[in-house]
Amino acid sequence: MIKKPSIGSVVLALIPFCGMCFSVPLWDRVAPRVLGLPFNMFWLLAWLALTPALMGIAYRIERRR
Amino acid sequence: MSPGTLALSIIFGIVAIGSCIGFLAANKRQLNLEEWAVAGRGLGLVLVWILLAGETFTTFSVLGISGWVYSKGGPVLYVLVYLTLGQILVFFFGPSLWELGRRFGLQTLGDFFAQRYGGRLLAATVALAGVVFLIVYLQLQLTGLGIIVQVASFERIGRTPAVLVSAAIIACFVLASGVRGVVWVSVFKDFLLVAVAVVVGIGLPYVHFGGIGPMFTALIKARPGYLTMPGGTTNLTHSWFVSTVLVNSLVFAWPHFFGSIFTAKNGDTVRRNSLIMPFYVFPLALIIFAGCAAILVTPGLANGDLALLTAVRMTFPPWLLGVIGGASALTAMVPVAIHILTASTLLAKNIYRPYLAPNMSDERIAGAARIAVVAITAVALVLSLNSSATLVGLLILAYSGVAQFAPGIVLGLYSRRVTGMGILSGLLAGLAVAGYLTFTHRDPFMGLNAGFIGLAANILVLAAVSSLSSRKVNGFGEAPGTARSPT
Repeated sequence: MIKKPSIGSVVLALIPFCGMCFSVPLWDRVAPRVLGLPFNMFWLLAWLALTPALMGIAYRIERRR
Repeated sequence: MSPGTLALSIIFGIVAIGSCIGFLAANKRQLNLEEWAVAGRGLGLVLVWILLAGETFTTFSVLGISGWVYSKGGPVLYVLVYLTLGQILVFFFGPSLWELGRRFGLQTLGDFFAQRYGGRLLAATVALAGVVFLIVYLQLQLTGLGIIVQVASFERIGRTPAVLVSAAIIACFVLASGVRGVVWVSVFKDFLLVAVAVVVGIGLPYVHFGGIGPMFTALIKARPGYLTMPGGTTNLTHSWFVSTVLVNSLVFAWPHFFGSIFTAKNGDTVRRNSLIMPFYVFPLALIIFAGCAAILVTPGLANGDLALLTAVRMTFPPWLLGVIGGASALTAMVPVAIHILTASTLLAKNIYRPYLAPNMSDERIAGAARIAVVAITAVALVLSLNSSATLVGLLILAYSGVAQFAPGIVLGLYSRRVTGMGILSGLLAGLAVAGYLTFTHRDPFMGLNAGFIGLAANILVLAAVSSLSSRKVNGFGEAPGTARSPT
């Protein structure tokens, strides 16, 4: 009844964890400014948009199984 | 009409409309426990989205986040991250939890533990801890509500009457319409909240600095280093950030979030909802911009939680302050309603019935839960009127504690080796460690979130005790060779 998730969707899910969480020393800076925003805020806003895209692919993988 | 009167009437108007929606939502539906607590498991994608967003975006979203930017700077970014990553975990666990909920008729977090591990002690412990954390969170929302009405009414109305009146309204519509009422109030509130976020997040920087870019340029020049971690603090470092994000991303372990999963009409709805939730985080970024503007516009406030409303009050006309105040008040009322509802169901179903009234029917339990609504509202009211602690400190304590439920949920889904005794021992160890560190002001400890250290203790203890205890019960019964619950 409880299906374990596929490797593919777990890998896709790990990408935002790496991009937004574990890599914090790399992006937590003010420069370069992008669109007027400090770099750390721009970086996180970009990931807010990117995460649903990645999980959308994971959703398709899970549904096909 | 004086500015205070105008702002105040708009706040009242918005709260009144919201309350009417709450009362009307359950009209003509038979309100049994299943309908009251989980909306008959019938909500579609949009309503589940609004319910989960409504309970995730709280007073903290408005006052706490802007307050954190104001007094701490860069560390506030953890909020954007944990809300997004938390939804990834819901993507994986949510559909399975929903499926189990339907199959075994689960309505609460306590029901899950009772069904999976058997016995009543573990479920009652989870329920009791859950009720305590929900009351802490409730108190936080009510305190925030009082602040909003006080500032937005130009100090014409004190915190005490504001909190008393709104708590009474909330308790009434929870009693009258259950979770469905909360959903429909949430629809109205979210519409207003997003509008408010856009107005303050773009308006404040524009009025004072000519735009968001120039505002950040001015802020970086005036306060170098403030917008990165540790910002205005000494101990909110990158290791704190990572550990806090991981602990807080366990949002599914919050009893009210867990219960809301069951309101969906199927597991796929839960999963698709997790995909679109991150879009709700964008308005919070706008609130962060508004808080950044407040740093330069109203410097020197002792209480950062007041920063946003103070900046708005000196920038915009009173009617807009009224709209913002009303939207923020509803933003407090929606989570308060869902917390009251969850806490009273836990109390009646997972503590009162197993120990004091084992033969009570679901119908009578629904009645007991309604009595619990009144009791829990009263306790939260007393706490919020006597508390002086700031908003976020309490929230962190509750989050560290709630995270300790997560191993029992996740391992309950996927592991055959964990035992109820192991989960209970781990939970108590995790709560003890996190609580000790928080109450002795050692959070963060060695750069790590107290809940994270509690979670490490939790997992170590549960692994050790599970390997020693032989009685392996799995009430979900899907694993061949494992014994079914004796009940």
